[in-house]
Amino acid sequence: MSATKSHLEVFPAGVKLVLWLGLLALLAFPFVGTEFYTQMVTRMMIMAIFAMSLDLLQGVTGLVSLGHAAYFGLAGYALAFLTPQSEAVSLWWTLPLSVLAAGAAALVIGFFVVRTHGIYFIMVTMAFAQMVYYVFFDNRALGGSDGLYIYFKPTAQVGSLTLFALDDKVTMYYFTLAMVLLVYLFLRRLLWSPFGRALAGIRVNEHRMRAMGFATFGYKLSAFTLAGALAGLAGYLWGVQTEYINPDLMGFHTSAHAIMMVILGGMGNFAGAIVGAFTFEYLLHVFKDLPYVGEVHLGKHWQLWMGSFIVLVVLFAPRGVLGVVQALTTRGARQQKDGDV
Amino acid sequence: MSEILLTAKNLTKRFGGLAAVDKVSLELVRDTIHAVIGPNGAGKSTLTNLLSGDLPVTSGRIQIGAQDVTGWRPEQIARQGLGRSYQKTNIFLPFSVWDNVFLAAQARDPQQPWNPLRWMRRAANSAGARRRCSAAIELAGLQDRRDAIAATISHGEQRQLEVAMTLATEPQVLLLDEPLAGMGVAEAERMVALLLRIKKDHAMLLVEHDMDAVFTLADALTVMVNGQVIATGTPAQIRADANVQAAYLGEEH
Repeated sequence: MSATKSHLEVFPAGVKLVLWLGLLALLAFPFVGTEFYTQMVTRMMIMAIFAMSLDLLQGVTGLVSLGHAAYFGLAGYALAFLTPQSEAVSLWWTLPLSVLAAGAAALVIGFFVVRTHGIYFIMVTMAFAQMVYYVFFDNRALGGSDGLYIYFKPTAQVGSLTLFALDDKVTMYYFTLAMVLLVYLFLRRLLWSPFGRALAGIRVNEHRMRAMGFATFGYKLSAFTLAGALAGLAGYLWGVQTEYINPDLMGFHTSAHAIMMVILGGMGNFAGAIVGAFTFEYLLHVFKDLPYVGEVHLGKHWQLWMGSFIVLVVLFAPRGVLGVVQALTTRGARQQKDGDV
Repeated sequence: MSEILLTAKNLTKRFGGLAAVDKVSLELVRDTIHAVIGPNGAGKSTLTNLLSGDLPVTSGRIQIGAQDVTGWRPEQIARQGLGRSYQKTNIFLPFSVWDNVFLAAQARDPQQPWNPLRWMRRAANSAGARRRCSAAIELAGLQDRRDAIAATISHGEQRQLEVAMTLATEPQVLLLDEPLAGMGVAEAERMVALLLRIKKDHAMLLVEHDMDAVFTLADALTVMVNGQVIATGTPAQIRADANVQAAYLGEEH
């Protein structure tokens, strides 16, 4: 009975250990990895922030948004507009402003979409995201289909002293890692707050929440806005790293990838979203690199392999990679509680 | 002396041409249980849904205390001091008993979902919610099942949990929609005892099919048939009412 299956919210010791080891590996990676891979892991971490922001809606609140990339892309565009062609701008105000812009867009769109439920919510979030997409795609002044270059990476200065330089690959890596940790700790704390508990209640039974006195509209709108703002943080970092932003980043595919990341890793606990983002991006790398077999270029059909993999995960590990880790590390101790994996 | 906590005047609900509830008036008084009985389809559940705001009224007024709440949303009515349980068990199945009741208890705390300062508190640290939660669980007799997952407890316990969640919001007015539905004899006896315990300080509307329980519990009765009230009075008056016997009691017993 799927309605009775709860998310993995409290981590058993085995899962915690794996997460700590993962953190250690991330801390050490730039010392062992090549520059190419350091950049790749930076991108994975950016997507991890994006996936965590979606998990707040999808995993915690039960709102599946097919338009979450709109907020990711908007913050990237904000950075592109704020950065002139002649000089670098400061991180201190472009970062908050870009995040704020994404959050404001989510607040306005959320005002309309959180009134809908289920399949309608999915459709309406997608419709709004497509509108945003075409506003940028069809508008030369906004970069059009080619997108925009970000000519300088933002600077992090105090007075005339440069604290750190984001154009250094390793610095960018550690800055992104710090952001991942910050967002993760923030969301984990939020999960156990009255706000987070109410969001989980809305996922399971919104009707009863209202009957008990929760004005669920305000909760859902707040979650939608916050998720949009955090997606904006990821989009900003994406802009900083790639120095280029285009409408595809706001498109349907980017949104769908984030949904798959959250499902792959395991929903509703944010750690799963991180694991899912890493898994997804890594598989993307592997599948796209697949060789020719005779006439057929396997790598060109990466969607097929990715799709099959996700189907297998959903069928055999509905709690995602993190659920598998939990099952493996708690072997004999498995209880009757929620019998999956 | 008898303090009226909820007043409904001429409540009407039409679905197309059908008047599911037709000009029903009633008053719920503190420290009393007011039972609504009637055959299936009489409009009892619709009446409950009108009072709780789950359904909008077609016409008529609802007052909680001196406050007119006609047209209010369910969450607003709940915060005005009305708590309800459901005929079909309506709980948080994947959560523990404690977490189910705690969420209800938390509903009484100030709610500011947009306030970032509140995002960083621990829900479990709310002293008020903890107190309300413990009290409701104890009152409902679920203290030994606190940590059990709601989906795994027995049907009778789930019905007790329904009531505990309703109590945890500390309402003045209770609407209980068939709390004994589907219960065995022993479970039903436990529930009747529970309802008698919580009668004090509450004004209770009880929709119930179990006539033994109704006549044990009720201080006042309203009998509905086809959306209309055909009789109102004390249990003794209702028992003696010829209309009621013809329309309802006689058929079933």
